[in-house]
Amino acid sequence: MAAHLKKRVYEEFSKVVQLPQEEAPAKKLRLTKPSKSAALHIDLCKASNPTDALQYLLHFARSSVEAESVEGVVRILLEHYYKEQDNSVRLKIASLIGLLSKTQNFNPESILDDTLNTFNTEKSHQVLAQLLDTLLVIGTQLPESLIVRHRLIEVAYKHLSDTYFGVRNKCLQLLGCLGNVDTPLNKDGQGLVPAVIGGSAPGVSGGVCVRDAQSLISDYFADQDPRVRTAAIKAMLQLHERGLKIQQTIYDQACQLLCDDYEQVRSAAVQMVWVLSQLYPESIVPIPSSNEQVRLVDDSFGKISHMVSDGSWVVRVQAAKTLGNMLQVSPHFLEQTLDKKLMSDLRRKRTAHERAKELYASGEFSSGRKWADDAPKEKVDTSAVNLIASGACGAFVHGLEDEMYEVRIAAVDALSALAQSSASFAEKCLDFLVDMFNDEIEEVRLQSIHVLRQISTNITLREDQLDTVLAVLEDSSRDIREALHELLCFTNVSTKECIQLALLELLKNLTKYPTDRNSVWKCLKFLGCRHPTLVLPLVPELLSTHPYFHTPEPDMDDPAYIAVLVLVFNAAQSCPTMTALFSDHTFRHYTYLRDSLSHLVPPLRLPGRTQAPGVSGIEGSGSVESAQLFLQQSLSRISTIHNLQDPGAQDLLNFTIRDLQRLGELQTELAGAADFSATYLRCQLLLTKALQEKLWTMAVPLCLKHNAMATAAAKQMLEETYKLEFLYSGLENRQVATIHHVRLQAKALQLVLTARTRRGVEPLISVCEKFLQEVESFQRLFVVELPHLQESFVGKLLDLSPKLSACKPGELVKILQTTLRQSGFLNLKLPKQVQRASATIIEPTGESDNPLRFTSGLVVALDIDATLEHVQDPHNTVKVQVLYPDGQSHVIQPKPGDFRSPGPHRHRLITQVYLSHSAWTEACQIEVRLLLAYSSSRLCKAVWSDSSTEGLQPAEGATEGTIPFGKPVKVFIMPKPARR
Amino acid sequence: MAREVRCKTVEEPSLVALAKTHAATPSFKNKTASGSHLSNVHLCISSSCFLSGAGQDVGRSCILVSIGGKNIMLDCGMHMGFNDDRRFPDFSYITQQGRLTEFLDCVIISHFHLDHCGALPYMSEMVGYDGPIYMTHPTKAICPILLEDFRKITVDKKGETNFFTSQMIKDCMKKVVPLNLHQTVQVDDELEIKAYYAGHVLGAAMVQIKVGSESVVYTGDYNMTPDRHLGAAWIDKCRPDILISESTYATTIRDSKRCRERDFLKKVHETVERGGKVLIPVFALGRAQELCILLETFWERMNMKAPIYFSTGLTEKANHYYKLFITWTNQKIRKTFVQRNMFEFKHIKAFDRSYADNPGPMVVFATPGMLHAGQSLQIFKKWAGNEKNMIIMPGYCVQGTIGHKILNGQKKLEMENRQTVIEIERCEPGCCHLSLEVKLQVEYMSFSAHADAKGIMQLIRMAEPRNMLLVHGEAKKMEFLKDKIEQEFTINCFMPANGETTTVITNPSVPVDISLNLLKREMALGGPLPDPKKPRTMHGTLIMKDNSLRLVSPEQALKELGLNEHQLRFTCRVQLQDPHSDPDTLSRIYTHLKSVLKGYTIQHLPDGTVMVESIVIKVSSSAEEPNTKVLLLSWSYQDEDLGSFLSTLLKKGLPSGLSSM
Repeated sequence: MAAHLKKRVYEEFSKVVQLPQEEAPAKKLRLTKPSKSAALHIDLCKASNPTDALQYLLHFARSSVEAESVEGVVRILLEHYYKEQDNSVRLKIASLIGLLSKTQNFNPESILDDTLNTFNTEKSHQVLAQLLDTLLVIGTQLPESLIVRHRLIEVAYKHLSDTYFGVRNKCLQLLGCLGNVDTPLNKDGQGLVPAVIGGSAPGVSGGVCVRDAQSLISDYFADQDPRVRTAAIKAMLQLHERGLKIQQTIYDQACQLLCDDYEQVRSAAVQMVWVLSQLYPESIVPIPSSNEQVRLVDDSFGKISHMVSDGSWVVRVQAAKTLGNMLQVSPHFLEQTLDKKLMSDLRRKRTAHERAKELYASGEFSSGRKWADDAPKEKVDTSAVNLIASGACGAFVHGLEDEMYEVRIAAVDALSALAQSSASFAEKCLDFLVDMFNDEIEEVRLQSIHVLRQISTNITLREDQLDTVLAVLEDSSRDIREALHELLCFTNVSTKECIQLALLELLKNLTKYPTDRNSVWKCLKFLGCRHPTLVLPLVPELLSTHPYFHTPEPDMDDPAYIAVLVLVFNAAQSCPTMTALFSDHTFRHYTYLRDSLSHLVPPLRLPGRTQAPGVSGIEGSGSVESAQLFLQQSLSRISTIHNLQDPGAQDLLNFTIRDLQRLGELQTELAGAADFSATYLRCQLLLTKALQEKLWTMAVPLCLKHNAMATAAAKQMLEETYKLEFLYSGLENRQVATIHHVRLQAKALQLVLTARTRRGVEPLISVCEKFLQEVESFQRLFVVELPHLQESFVGKLLDLSPKLSACKPGELVKILQTTLRQSGFLNLKLPKQVQRASATIIEPTGESDNPLRFTSGLVVALDIDATLEHVQDPHNTVKVQVLYPDGQSHVIQPKPGDFRSPGPHRHRLITQVYLSHSAWTEACQIEVRLLLAYSSSRLCKAVWSDSSTEGLQPAEGATEGTIPFGKPVKVFIMPKPARR
Repeated sequence: MAREVRCKTVEEPSLVALAKTHAATPSFKNKTASGSHLSNVHLCISSSCFLSGAGQDVGRSCILVSIGGKNIMLDCGMHMGFNDDRRFPDFSYITQQGRLTEFLDCVIISHFHLDHCGALPYMSEMVGYDGPIYMTHPTKAICPILLEDFRKITVDKKGETNFFTSQMIKDCMKKVVPLNLHQTVQVDDELEIKAYYAGHVLGAAMVQIKVGSESVVYTGDYNMTPDRHLGAAWIDKCRPDILISESTYATTIRDSKRCRERDFLKKVHETVERGGKVLIPVFALGRAQELCILLETFWERMNMKAPIYFSTGLTEKANHYYKLFITWTNQKIRKTFVQRNMFEFKHIKAFDRSYADNPGPMVVFATPGMLHAGQSLQIFKKWAGNEKNMIIMPGYCVQGTIGHKILNGQKKLEMENRQTVIEIERCEPGCCHLSLEVKLQVEYMSFSAHADAKGIMQLIRMAEPRNMLLVHGEAKKMEFLKDKIEQEFTINCFMPANGETTTVITNPSVPVDISLNLLKREMALGGPLPDPKKPRTMHGTLIMKDNSLRLVSPEQALKELGLNEHQLRFTCRVQLQDPHSDPDTLSRIYTHLKSVLKGYTIQHLPDGTVMVESIVIKVSSSAEEPNTKVLLLSWSYQDEDLGSFLSTLLKKGLPSGLSSM
């Protein structure tokens, strides 16, 4: 360091700052980087009054300081610090020191002593607080140094009794961040400290007691200032976060703080109690005023539940959230949270929920009530009524009815967390969740629907509950309806009436909101799949068949009829007797639907009706396993190819690609894997074809016009590799290496082609260099995979690598050419799950003949509704592209709020894109498509952007760094000239 | 310094006799009676009648509080059930002669319901009161509308005379000082009031009344569960001496509002879907708006088309104020009003008489709520015959009204062709009778906005009062709640009957100015810094002069008062058996004390005395018995503690084995 500094002196030094001796007696001469510190020094000297000085400091704070000069700057600042009378300037200096010590690569230990010295003279409380804050920064920068930590804690301890709350706050914060629980603080130089710190810790002053940070902090739980109390609790939580074990002894104190007068204290206390309940869930605590005992987690659960009816909504939110994290609580206590005893004139009254349940149980479900049928019955024992909800009683009942929607959402989330861990609780909270469907805030409604879906595996809906759920189907909000459809997909219902009810309501929904068509059909598909036996008795009625009358054939285009059929066919899948009830036209409709809506209608085994080709038979019943087997076989067949130059290899590749493509179409589960392998093989095929071109044997000047095909092949290969890498999810490192390998091959091919077409060596040199860099980075990235690539192109290339870097471009090209030809075929190992990202634009449909008219130059909004599957992080990657007929193209990034996530691996994009154009004479079609953007590859950014400079042209179909996915949709638009 | 706070309650006319006893209470009439009001505080509460049976909500609230020498009237309500003098509180009971202004420091109105403000013009204009009347802004806006409506009905329709006039209402309103939420209003130098949000209806407030360190909170009517247009009542931990709470639902714990709402909506929805008409009789203000919001949002959400009508009247005017006072509504309405004010109904339109015969489904809100007259009854008669239709009664119905009858399942109604059905019983036979068959469905839905038992307990928990006082409820039910409160919170709970006075003793802290010198001297005496949570004793002189209290050092007090300081010394003789000589004994005592009293300065003076601080100890022996030593102790009054300790110590004798130096 010293040498380094010295060097700097000679190089760029212009000013030496001599520091007063008393500040740093060990070092007499301090060398600093001139520019910054000197300027600051001069500025500060110039400052005649505090305001000016403050201005200079503020100005200085905006500029950045290099790590080397930090120390000098700090020293100058401190010098002024001692001279300065004004508190605010000293405060700013203190905060600046904190800021500076955060500079990267700077070791703040060197300024620690000086900073600590300032404490001796400082009188202002505010400045003291800021200095402590600075110490905190320094302390957090040096987490490993025990000595530093102890010295800082020393300081904190000394100032804990300060009269100003801010100082106490900072001290507690310091203790929380740096304090230790196990080793008591050194107070008098003996104790444990020498052992810990190893000898002399400078600045250890004589103290009074040896105590650990925790008991020290817990003393301040009873501080007079609420801010200090809050800071004390936060410091304790900080200790916990740092992984130190907090003693159970503070539990009682923490519980008392729950009744504090100040909301921030209560809010922090809730967290504290929760932390303790997680640390010591099983320990036993006594219940005051009785000699019973409960588990600590139950006790704290009760106490936190009580906070759900606190006066401050901040505390209520905190409490409701916390409840959701207390999964170890006993079921008895848990169920109390939903407890409510109704009473009217001292008579016990049943809740509406109970009444509904009884009505259902008695088999009479009617809503036509008489007045006072909810009249209270039995008399309540007055002494037994507990009006103060003691313990957990009714916490969620309160939380879900809270005035603030933040509290309600927190309560719903907590319910969900608790219900997922306890089936019986899930059953109980059902009524309450269903009630939340009626909340006034849409967010709450949506959230409760989502929650119900999450716990729906645990529950079966009763008819009256289903009724309430279905009532929401008429909601005008599309999100709500779709969430509800999603919910119905996962719901179990108990009776056939429920099915009928659900179907009826869904059909009603369909007529009211025709755009919900797809969602409703899908919902019915799952409903049918889940409840085949319940659908069976309904079939004659649903299909309106009659024992001896022929009924009119329903309209095949009626969405409602399709909905019914979807339900029936899906139920029939696992209920073979159902098909006997179908009438002739039903079978005809089946074949039609199976073809047109194959994702909704499952293959059925129809007795004596094999006339429908491709329906029954192998693929129809073909299980995933057999398809999987087929896939494996095809791939292993391919693996017999050792060298791409083998005769017959091309044919084999061709056939296999065809097979795989067909397989992907038939077996949706394997579509990803099949597509992936097919694409990979196509790359290999392209390479083979390119290499077999005649041009290699041709003389260089002649091949100019012949190599078009090879160039195209190389380019297509490149594109395909990007698709392979970014369009598919579930890839392992092995596959990524394989893809990169193909990319290298493609690039090598490109290089060879360039070498053959271009004259002169100059351009070639840079291209070669780039290529070599890529090879190198490939090697770096895939060290682990290299053994598998022994026989491949790269393997061979790497064998020659020492030679490569030295050789001339011409030689390199030759080597590449031969290696390409000789390299073996690299086998593709499929990972377990490969999914292809896909996108479907639902709206606009592109079927409309009415052009969208708007005044040119102004904008028109086009609603886009699309589903995305298996797209990771769509918020950043998915973009909308609009192509105008004149070749203009716009890429629009949707807002993050436009993406919804209705299910795992599924996203929904509902957004508006704004179109604008100058006038056209005639309506024309624009193309809207979705793009998947990727951050350009780690390896070959340069080359890629090279090759895709023309890619900006819409004809090319790819903008830089994006892959189009999903079918584009055409929209008629008609910008009209503005009327003057 | 225990003080008394007295509460006085009630003055239902029938109970006035009972009240006579306290009407003569002098302290009640004389607001300056206690010249030293610091030592004598009265909280007198005189409150209205509590009707049992009919009309839980139509009682007459009027409470008198006397606190710290101030007299405050809380609410000034009327009784809807009477048409004679009994409908207003008996103000003559407060002052036999003279105007109320001399007696009352202020009047506070909690909200605009007539049972809380109906007698206001009568009191201020006809009885005579010119002092300030406090109410919140919305109450001030809506109150005159209701009063005017009430006046119209009584004077114009029933033809009563000797009633307050429109001008009187206007004059009365000029005396009103508006209150903001959480704003502390200084009524005079000592009395301050502060309003808290109470839910219940728009502008309803709870009031904290504070004189010095004593305070009373009056809740008015309040609601602890938020609803579609109002939030929940809230109060901070103000720890009042008395919390006066309504207790309408003292014995009820209500089901969640969601079930009620859902039931209501479902019924309306089903009826409308099958083409039926729904009639909802309501009172013009309060719950009507709640139901409107409920239906409006439901229509909006469900995209429904059937028309909703509101039979207007004063509602239109009142609705205007609902639109204005958005800050008084709940979170949802407050947050969304920028996009759209929820009270600007899209689906709810004004009703016209002719609409009742329109075909197709519709929902109609009509007044009055009990179906005893007016539009609601007319519509009911038209729709009663069709079983597709439905009537939903959202509130309580008094016995004798059609509402009550149909709720009890009566299927055939005999009614005369006049509109006031209440007079059915009185009408003469021969009047043209109309028999009406009730085929439509009758539903009852309770949408009351009062706190239930749990809500009351919750409020107590929030405010942490020292005493509790229940009003506005039925005695039997209050008894139950009182027991519960006493049991759960271990505080006193009162439930005074009409005309009864309750007195509560408070323990106020009296602020005293301390001289800085004295404080500094005390600080200099050392010890740790004062801990504000722990009391600390100090010496000083309390001077009560010119209505102020000061604590000064004794010297200063003497100087100010021009008095000489008198020294007060105690002397004491202690006989001691000791064989040593006097000086030896003395030195033995010295060593003994030295070993016992560590931390005190003990001096052995050469003149044959031992000084412990300022206490002098001398030894003399009687001539007869040389072994009996007499110790002379002398100490000043200030050292009384130490002196008496020494004397008892020395009486025990000296321990043996003490060396004499």
